[in-house]
Parts: sequence; structure tokens; C-alpha cells
Amino acid sequence: MKLRNLSFALRPQYAALVAVLLINWLLFPGFFNITWQDGRLFGSVIDVLNRGAPVAILAVGMTAVIATKGVDLSVGAVMAIAGAVAATMVTAGFPALLAVAAALAIGLACGLWNGVLVTLLDMQPIIATLVLMVAGRGLAQLVTEGSIVTFADPVLIFIGTGSFLGLPTPVVIALALAVLATLAVRRTALGLMIEAVGVNRSAARFAGISSRVLLIVVYAFAGFCAAVAGLIVAGDIRGADANNAGLWLELDAILAVVIGGTSLLGGRFSIPMSVLGAMIIQAMNTGILISGFSPEFNLVVKSAVIILILVLQSPMAARMVARKPAAPEPAAARRTAR
Amino acid sequence: MSIIRKLALAAGVGALLSSAAWADGLQGKVIGFSQIGSESGWRAAETSVTKQQAADRGVDLKFADAQQKQENQIKAIRGFIAQGVDAILVAPVVSTGWEEVLTEAQEAGIPVVLLDRGVDAPQELYLTSVASDQVKEGRVAGDWLVSTVGDKECKVVELQGTVGSSPAINRKQGFEEAIAGHANVTIIRSQTGDFTRSKGKEVMEGFLKAEGGGAGICAVYAHNDDMAVGAIQAIKDAGLKPGTDILVVSIDAVPDIFAAMVAGEANATVELTPDMAGPAFDALDAYLNGGTVPEKFIITESKLYTPADDPQGEYDRRKGLGY
Repeated sequence: MKLRNLSFALRPQYAALVAVLLINWLLFPGFFNITWQDGRLFGSVIDVLNRGAPVAILAVGMTAVIATKGVDLSVGAVMAIAGAVAATMVTAGFPALLAVAAALAIGLACGLWNGVLVTLLDMQPIIATLVLMVAGRGLAQLVTEGSIVTFADPVLIFIGTGSFLGLPTPVVIALALAVLATLAVRRTALGLMIEAVGVNRSAARFAGISSRVLLIVVYAFAGFCAAVAGLIVAGDIRGADANNAGLWLELDAILAVVIGGTSLLGGRFSIPMSVLGAMIIQAMNTGILISGFSPEFNLVVKSAVIILILVLQSPMAARMVARKPAAPEPAAARRTAR
Repeated sequence: MSIIRKLALAAGVGALLSSAAWADGLQGKVIGFSQIGSESGWRAAETSVTKQQAADRGVDLKFADAQQKQENQIKAIRGFIAQGVDAILVAPVVSTGWEEVLTEAQEAGIPVVLLDRGVDAPQELYLTSVASDQVKEGRVAGDWLVSTVGDKECKVVELQGTVGSSPAINRKQGFEEAIAGHANVTIIRSQTGDFTRSKGKEVMEGFLKAEGGGAGICAVYAHNDDMAVGAIQAIKDAGLKPGTDILVVSIDAVPDIFAAMVAGEANATVELTPDMAGPAFDALDAYLNGGTVPEKFIITESKLYTPADDPQGEYDRRKGLGY
């Protein structure tokens, strides 16, 4: 038991986050400085949390989808749709809460659409969600008519840039969502059912789990999360930028889930670790920004660090840590067995 | 004016209107326009200005939206050739692969004018190209900053466009040229904001933290207005006054930067005019009606706008263009 706790603390994700933060601190000594300004915390670490929040929120939904052996490529486009709907509604004079509700409802609807394609039509998730990834951005552009719809609505701006108990609102929202989702999957049988469907859908069905309903719920939840993230990024720039809002963030969300240790083959998953993955990605982004490297290096540095993290948490590295001389025979045997 | 002269004038005008040989500018001409798509607000503004220019001149404009695909543009151009239009305007989505279709247009005797982007094809295949000088845009922005700060020490942070894109490379080069002879103006940090508001804001947040809360930063130079709008919000969040504590200079002249100028939060922008069609129609007018072959590269003006240039008026004028 003691050993298990130790290995828990030594998870490569924690090591990676600490390493990235330390490197940031070496590059920029003021990295951990946090001051109190205008009734909120202010500092680079807060920036990491704040900027990482949208991807963390996407990662919460994405974790559930990936645990069912699926993937949702449409979340970036759904962000754009949600932002576009909310911005267009408040500029048209609708009350902000109605606009927020409509944006969240649209996100749910997009997720339902994905879920229906995946379950009732039995399409492969990567193809089913690719449809909305491509079409969704077009829909968002239709809603905004191709321009950036700017607004001055205090509620939307609060969602994007406000603060609650000194923390930026996006951080509070991401935290609340992650905690609620974790409780929902770990304090009920929901998590077990998701894992069961992810490991073997037919076996889960024979065991009495209505996997179709479960899958639709999971995709709808991912759509809902995307809509929340979309509201945040729109509120952040006080405008809905249909061309760029959430662009490529689906990939960051998938990466966050993978860094968090959830297998793309479905099954065991961890929402908190995915959120941690999102924070590792953002800590890296922020570190690159303040390091003063020329921007041509951004993607190179990012990919190098990610490869390092993924190698560290690969089964091979785990075996090497567990037993110093890695036993080649069982590994080879296992490979052929697959 | 004597009655006889009035009558003569009226007769002359009547003759002009009825005469088919001497057309009134481009009145009644059929011109095809293959637009890239609606990738940005500026692109939308270019489309609406082109339609406006065509309507003002009585041109029958055939508009084709290529939705960011070259094959759609080539199809559209072939369609225009088949319809026997008088001229074709193209805003090419990519620079390569145009030789064949441009040759077809030339063989059909239809002049082609390129708008705002160039192509890798022999120059004799198109009549002329209308584009802005991106290096000059950067230079105008740099010149403004140099003359504004005078001899004072000025540390500049730069928000670059998408890495490797030609506007980012050229606007950076132009700005660097302008400040080259002035040792007091230096770029201390430069990062890409991908031409978007949210990345502009995020990068500026990082700059402000890294430069002691922004105390050391005298100006921000953004390769487009959208990133500047994002940076302005980041500066405000850091408790500083954009436009006063930190000067803001950018390029494009979209409506929202004029709104920021009205609020005193932006100091200068260099216009990338959406009116590429005006010079193109002028050149076509001279060519079709007078046989004058225009210059191969028509460069549009890179006009500087500051809060002294009626930002509210500019905002109102541009808001309806679809930016």
C-alpha cells in the first residue's frame, strides 16, 4: 500500500508539470510572483490557470468520450458556434442569461447530433465528429455573417474575464465542472459503465448497460463542455470570432487527455489527470511566451516536450523504472501475442 | 451660358449616351470576380467594396465565392470565359497552378486582373495586379512611432502574424527598416499572435508579466488590428492605460480599432484598403476603352490613421462594409 502511494506521487504527469514550471521559473524568475490587483490575483501562474481553463473544460468532456473508445473532433467548432450564438443574441437585444442558455443548449444539441451519428448510425466517432468539425465552423460563420461580433454585455464579459473569490471566472468554472464530473463518475456507477462500454461495447450491453443511451449522454456532455469553453473565449475577447475561436483546440483537448494517461483505446480514465494535462500544455505555452524565444521555435519546443512526457509515461519507461534491467522476453512475447 | 451652347451640350451628351462606340467608362460591361471566400472580415469588406464599385460604375459584376478552394476559382474563371465576359478579377487563394487557366483566358482575349495577392505565372498572362505593399505598411507604422517618441527611449513589443505568412514577414521587415536608424527605439520582445484577438491578448499578457508588469514597455506594434484589440484588453487588465502608458500601433484599419481610438486606447493604424477593385476598374476602363496597358503592379496607398483623423467617422463609414 505504501509503495502504491509512492508510485502515485511519482506519476510522470506530476513530474512533467513540476519540470515545466521549474523551467519557466528558470527562464523568468518572476514566474511564481502573485500579486493582488483590482480585487483579483494577478501573475503568470494565474495566467496559466486562466488560459488553460478552456482546454481543461474541453478535456473534461473529451475524457469521457475517449474513455468510451471514441473521440470528438468537433469541440473546437462547437465552441465557435456557442460563442457566435451568444454574441449574436446579446447584440440583438436578448437578455444575457437567455443567450447563455441558448448557447449551452446548442452545444448540447451538437453533442446529441454526434452521439446519434455514433450510436444509431453506428459511424466511427472520428468520422462522425469530423462532419461537425468542418460544418460547425461554417455554421458559426453563418451566424456571425463572417465578421467578429463584438459586445459589451457585462454577463458574458464576466464569464470570460471576471473574477470570483480572487480567481478568474474561467478557472472557477473549469474547477467546478471538473469536480462535479469527477464526483458524478466516481460516486456513482457512471464511471464504471463508461469504462465498460469503452473496453467492450457488446460485452457491456450483454451485462445490462444500455450503451447507446450512455454514449449519447457522453457526447452530449462533451458538446456542453465545448459550449462552456466557447462562452469563455468569446467573453474573453468581448467578441465572437467564428474563424478562430477554438481553432485546433480539439487537438489540444485530446492531447491533454492523452498526457493525463487515458488510453485512446478506451477503458480506464481520469478526469483530474486530464485537467492536469491541460495545465501542462498551458504551462508550456505560457513558458514559451515569456521565455523570449523567437516564435519560429514555438512548435518545435512544444512537440519536443510532449514527446518527452509521452515517452516518460509509456509502458516501456514504466517497466524500466520498475525493474532496472528491462526484461526483453515478456515484452516481445506480449507484442507477438497482440 | 447661351442657349445655343446648352443645346449643343445636350446634343453632345445625347450622342454620347446613344453611341455604342464610345462607352461611358465601364457602363454595361460584364466583369467576373472570383473571390477567395470569406476567410476574414477584411475579405468580406473587399467583397462588399467591389460590389459597391461595380454598382457605381454600372458594371454587371458576376460574383463567384470559391470557399477557399483553388479548384472552385479555376472552375469560376472557366465559367466566366464560357460566358464571354469583358474582364475577370481574381483574388487568388494560392500562388501556384494558375498558368493553364490564365492562358485559356488570354486565348479568349479576356484581360485578367489579380487582386491583393500575386501568382507564380508569367507576367504576360495577366493584365495587371492590384495589391498593397506590406513592407511599406510596416514602414509607415514604424515611421509613425519614431516620429511620435522623438529622442525618448522606447522599448517596443511586437505581436507578429502567423509564423511564415507573407504579411507577418513583410510587416516585420518594414517596421524594422523604419526603426533601424533610431537607436532609442528597440524591439525587446516579439512573439506570434496568429493574427487573432485571443492570441494577441494572451501573448500581451505574457509580455506584460515578463517586463515587470509593463513598466518597461513604451509601445506595442501589432501586425494586425485584431491582435492590437486583444493587446489593449490585456493592458487594461494589467491596470495600465493603453494609448497613454503604452502606445498601440497596428495595421489594417478595421472598424474596431477606430472604436478603440475613439476611447483613446489606440494611437495609430495603417490602412490595408479593401478597395482593390477601384484601381482595378480604373485600369480596365483605360485598357478596354483606350487600349492603355497599365503597369504590371499597381500598389495601393498605405494610409496612416491616428485619432486626429475623425475615428468616429471612420468607424461609422467602415462598419457597414462587412468587416
